[in-house]
Amino acid sequence: MSNIFAFAETRGGELRRAALEAVTAARQTADQVGGEVRVLIAGAPGIAVHAAKLAAHGADMVLVVEHEAFTHYNPEALAATLAAGLASNYRAAFFSASAQGKDLAPRVAAKLKVALASDVTEFAFSGDAVVAKHPGYTGKIVQTLTLKATPAIISLRPGAVLPKESPKAGTVQNIPSAGDPAASRVVVTDTVVGGGAKLDLGEAPVIISGGRGLKEAANFALVEDLAAAFGNAAVGATRAVTDEGWRPHSDQIGQTGRLVSPDLYVACGISGAIQHLAGMRTSKTIVAINKDKEAPIFKIADYGIVGDVLEILPVLTAAVKTAKQGA
Amino acid sequence: MKIAVCIKRVPDMDVRFKIGANGTSVDEAGLKFDISDFDGYAVEAALQIKEKANAGEVVVISLGADNVQETLRKAMSMGADRAVQLKHDAPVFDSFAIATALAAEISTGGYDLVMFGRMSIDTANQATGTMVAELLGLPILTAISKLDFDGGKAKARRELEGSYELIECPLPAVVTIDEGIARPRYPSLKGIMAAKKKPLETKPAQVGEQSYTLDKMELPAERAAGRIVGEGKDAVPELVRLLKEEAKVL
Repeated sequence: MSNIFAFAETRGGELRRAALEAVTAARQTADQVGGEVRVLIAGAPGIAVHAAKLAAHGADMVLVVEHEAFTHYNPEALAATLAAGLASNYRAAFFSASAQGKDLAPRVAAKLKVALASDVTEFAFSGDAVVAKHPGYTGKIVQTLTLKATPAIISLRPGAVLPKESPKAGTVQNIPSAGDPAASRVVVTDTVVGGGAKLDLGEAPVIISGGRGLKEAANFALVEDLAAAFGNAAVGATRAVTDEGWRPHSDQIGQTGRLVSPDLYVACGISGAIQHLAGMRTSKTIVAINKDKEAPIFKIADYGIVGDVLEILPVLTAAVKTAKQGA
Repeated sequence: MKIAVCIKRVPDMDVRFKIGANGTSVDEAGLKFDISDFDGYAVEAALQIKEKANAGEVVVISLGADNVQETLRKAMSMGADRAVQLKHDAPVFDSFAIATALAAEISTGGYDLVMFGRMSIDTANQATGTMVAELLGLPILTAISKLDFDGGKAKARRELEGSYELIECPLPAVVTIDEGIARPRYPSLKGIMAAKKKPLETKPAQVGEQSYTLDKMELPAERAAGRIVGEGKDAVPELVRLLKEEAKVL
């Protein structure tokens, strides 16, 4: 019986939500087509501490690679280790289409000479094949692909599968890295955390995003206040805003930035240029606040308020705080 | 430094697409085409490296039918020295099949640096550059927003969700370019004239076997029409009620 694989993404020794999404996808797949869920996590010594959480989300076995050279992301050693492990007896391997997963998954697919479906929003196993949907053309066209080779390598759009608990044994097995991980040619010398927000765009179930309608960088404080009121929100921005230097490039949501699918997306002073919509249109619920009632963002928003975002945001922040307290 | 930049011809995205009659292509009638966004950044970054060193060569490579020659000429009008068309008339979607052809060409070029855009704006797989590096056995830095060279090494910055990595590798190497490095220049009239005389070589593409099939292209399901809850701050209580009771996200 072939198994199903998931890669457990970490950063700075912490497990990423992307890891739980991949494990959940693998669990759901194994429950449907059979096989065990095997999850690999790599990091500095001590990374095995996360095995319990991976087990809780459905890992039958957790393969742990511990080495100082995995303190930062080590793409070459990881890809070599994954390719060696996936060479036989796996039907499919799930990664996240996060910054890390988009770097790693094609390396593994190329080493194994098997098909890669990138940034997948939906998938189904049927017979020997995997059918995957992948949005392209700035989200304006959805491509349906059939992958026949095994393992099918699938990178999942963040948020396409929501982490779900499904406890399994999660037997820990320590395995060595393929080759010497300290000898990788590609070396991450530092990982710099920006902003200081507790949750980033890859992690947060709620995203509060700001556009040019905020008028100046200082007004992003209103966006941050609303994010803080939610407590589980990250702050994003449009390309116009990151081009102006109001926010760092890593905050940019859109076809040329991050592609996100949070449970709730609040667009503040964003008109809804296609390149922005491409990055967030798969969000589950969309709220738009904009002064122009003809703005394209209202065509895809579930709930809209027409008006001055600078006036509305503080009121919304207060109301969300109250609602959270009452919950 | 001898630099190869792989570029792709893509349609302008600012349109309402129609699906072609075969159901697996885009109806190209009336579409305008240009260098894919990130590939344009890669061309600009390559030109700046050459200009800073005041030495080297920038070769642009594109796989496709004869219409990619226009795209290659555009890159040469920006300043690339010469171009290679890997001729393949049928469309290829699979990154690995494309990477096989590109790697075969690049392996004979003696390049110090091979550059790609982080992804093409149409198929948006973000895989081809990485696969070329794997096929060539070269180190690769993907989706970088800054690039410097120091002591035979490429040193770069990679944007992550809410943070960034500083990453480096020895040359020769492959890099894929994110936003933030350089906005592509507009070709000058002089550049456009010069590009007409620059060498453009056409060779058959050795495209690899496709590892998947493209079954269907379709327009995404429209989101159900939303509603305007109200105007101004007075609408906030109703919005919060809907988020709580209907959307259940609060």
